[in-house]
Amino acid sequence: QEKGPRGEKSLLAQPGTLCAICAPQQEPCQALPVGHTGSGHPQPPWEGLITEVCGAKRVGYFGPAQFYIALKLIAAAQSGFPVRIESIKNELPLPRFMALKNDTEVRYGTPAEFHGVKFQVPHATLEKNSYKRTDEGDKQEPKSPPMSPICSPPASPSTYQRIPLSYGYGKARSGLEQQHGASYEVRHSTHQQDGPSSGNYGAKSALTCSTPNRSLSVEREQQDSSTQYSDDPWRITEEQRDYYINQFRSLQPDLNAFISGSVAKNFFTKSKLPIPELSHIWELSDVDCDGALTLPEFCAAFHLVVARKNGYQLPETLPETLLPEYLQAACLKPCCALFDSYSEPLPSSQQTRDLSRAEVRRCKLAVKVSTTLKTIPKEFQHLTVKAGKEKIAMSYSSTSIEDAMKKGEEPPTPPPRPQKSHSRASSLDLNKIFQQNTQAVRSGWLPPPPPALPPRPSVSQTEQPSEVELHLQMNRPSSQAEENSSAKKEVVLAQPPSKPARRKLRTEAQGLETPELSPTINVTSSLPAVKPHLPVQKQSSKQKRAIQTAIRKNKEANAVLARLNSELQQQLKEVHKERIALETQLEQLRPVTVL
Amino acid sequence: MAVCIAVIAKENYPLYIRSVPTENELKFHYTVHTSLDVVDEKISAMGKALVDQRELYLGLLYPTEDYKVYGYVTNSKVKFVMVVDSSNTALRDNEIRSMFRKLHNSYTDIMCNPFYNPGDRIHSRAFDTMVNSMMMQVC
Repeated sequence: QEKGPRGEKSLLAQPGTLCAICAPQQEPCQALPVGHTGSGHPQPPWEGLITEVCGAKRVGYFGPAQFYIALKLIAAAQSGFPVRIESIKNELPLPRFMALKNDTEVRYGTPAEFHGVKFQVPHATLEKNSYKRTDEGDKQEPKSPPMSPICSPPASPSTYQRIPLSYGYGKARSGLEQQHGASYEVRHSTHQQDGPSSGNYGAKSALTCSTPNRSLSVEREQQDSSTQYSDDPWRITEEQRDYYINQFRSLQPDLNAFISGSVAKNFFTKSKLPIPELSHIWELSDVDCDGALTLPEFCAAFHLVVARKNGYQLPETLPETLLPEYLQAACLKPCCALFDSYSEPLPSSQQTRDLSRAEVRRCKLAVKVSTTLKTIPKEFQHLTVKAGKEKIAMSYSSTSIEDAMKKGEEPPTPPPRPQKSHSRASSLDLNKIFQQNTQAVRSGWLPPPPPALPPRPSVSQTEQPSEVELHLQMNRPSSQAEENSSAKKEVVLAQPPSKPARRKLRTEAQGLETPELSPTINVTSSLPAVKPHLPVQKQSSKQKRAIQTAIRKNKEANAVLARLNSELQQQLKEVHKERIALETQLEQLRPVTVL
Repeated sequence: MAVCIAVIAKENYPLYIRSVPTENELKFHYTVHTSLDVVDEKISAMGKALVDQRELYLGLLYPTEDYKVYGYVTNSKVKFVMVVDSSNTALRDNEIRSMFRKLHNSYTDIMCNPFYNPGDRIHSRAFDTMVNSMMMQVC
């Protein structure tokens, strides 16, 4: 009994680190019976039970956590609940101790009160380390682990695992950082109490929020479904990520592009945080310091805003889980899910797989290249044209093939985005290159009879089938009228008048198309031959692929140049003819004047 | 290792000034203020025609018995002034230049922040960290 209040006083006296608190508070287990004799209710077996349940027996002393759990259990027992950890979750009245003074109840009450206390605490002030709040912070600390990502968690006893995560997140105070570190461990171990925690989130957010953040509280309440991440406030959960992505889309429809500084400034100013804090958040999240936010940077910034709104102190450096590289890997999932909606209309599953693989590559490339605007079809074209990129792409595809396969089965998410081949960054050249590419291949196919095709699959790459598919799609516009990127490319190519510079090449292409219908049929027959080769040929070396793609590229370039040459020759002939005609006219006219 | 680093706006008011805490800070503020005249003199001496080729690093502005003052001007007429202890003879020109380059880079990073209004005082923690790394490590 004496040790009880003394322990609490030492708590008060040392609002410092958890370790410091733990040390003086290491009361032996025998203290509990002494403390409990005043309560009147518990009989000896109860005390032992409580000691055991709160974990003090296991560790051999009463740390603050055990102490609070014990108090809570006492309250539970006195209210008639069974002495178990789960009963702590209930709203319990104060435990009644006969001999203890009122100050205990007044100052600390039970952890049950912490619910209410805590909600006001974060919003009373942000920065102060006042005495009272320190107490509450201390007390809340084992049960309501506020997070500070800076400090490493001290070696807290394993009993922390038992502490229910029922009190949401409290405020991080600079003085209590190590305690927060301890509670970090708590978070790690307890996942189950998501129900109450989500309720706390909701209440907490409701207290702080302004209009734009009200929706945040809604999505916070959904956090209970993501147990995996609930322990780390600097980790973005799935719902949060989806929400951030939606917000990003509302500001900037292209997920691979930036949000400019001014747009982001207006958006974040709506959150009503003070400008210096927003400035700091920007500093933390704009990792490449370019004055614009990519999707991962935006998610990080938004997450920091949300955290700040809910009372967390901003860290000095960006936490690891908010780094863009980290988020990119996670952002790939929604990206790929979206891209898969493109691949679904495709007739064959093989094509789906290949396209999805290409899409994953595309995702990774898109995300990696954060400083340029790369549209999706553009990247696809790059992939088929440029050998260098393919090198990178191949390494990605090999690692992410399983992911792509899995994602292929995911249900479609938002509708596919509009065709981007005409967007600002995609210049005429790309479409030309694309056309030249296809035409070159087509013309390349014209002379060799279908038997020439099998050697290509023996070379094995996945680009080949993707190119094959591409050309197939090019040549069979009727078969794929669905809205996907490839289909749109066909549409693009079918609209030569929009691109005058392509007209000449286009006429050639159209000229080539009709004779090519027969080869394409043969191509389709060879496609099934291609497909079984694919799984076998996955192991071919990158260099071989690179060389072959380079060879192909050169062949295509050669064909293009040859065609250009012939065209120019024709033009030259025509011009010659005109010149001759004009000269004869001149001759006819001249004798008149000579006279 | 600098003793005092200052960022002066185009209108010649300080955006950021940080000195080694042991010394009388007012003395450094005064030094920086007087060095602005020298900076302006150097800028105007280049002439209007040479504005494009004007080098950003101005070099030693003037030496006193205790310390040397170096200057650097950006293209937007924001001046960086650095006061260096004279006893620290190991500091070469290259090092001073690299310090100014770092300052300039950090300054541009700050400018990229949309929440920063040009002309405001600089409160960036990243900038503080960088400046601290360049200041003399006096306990």
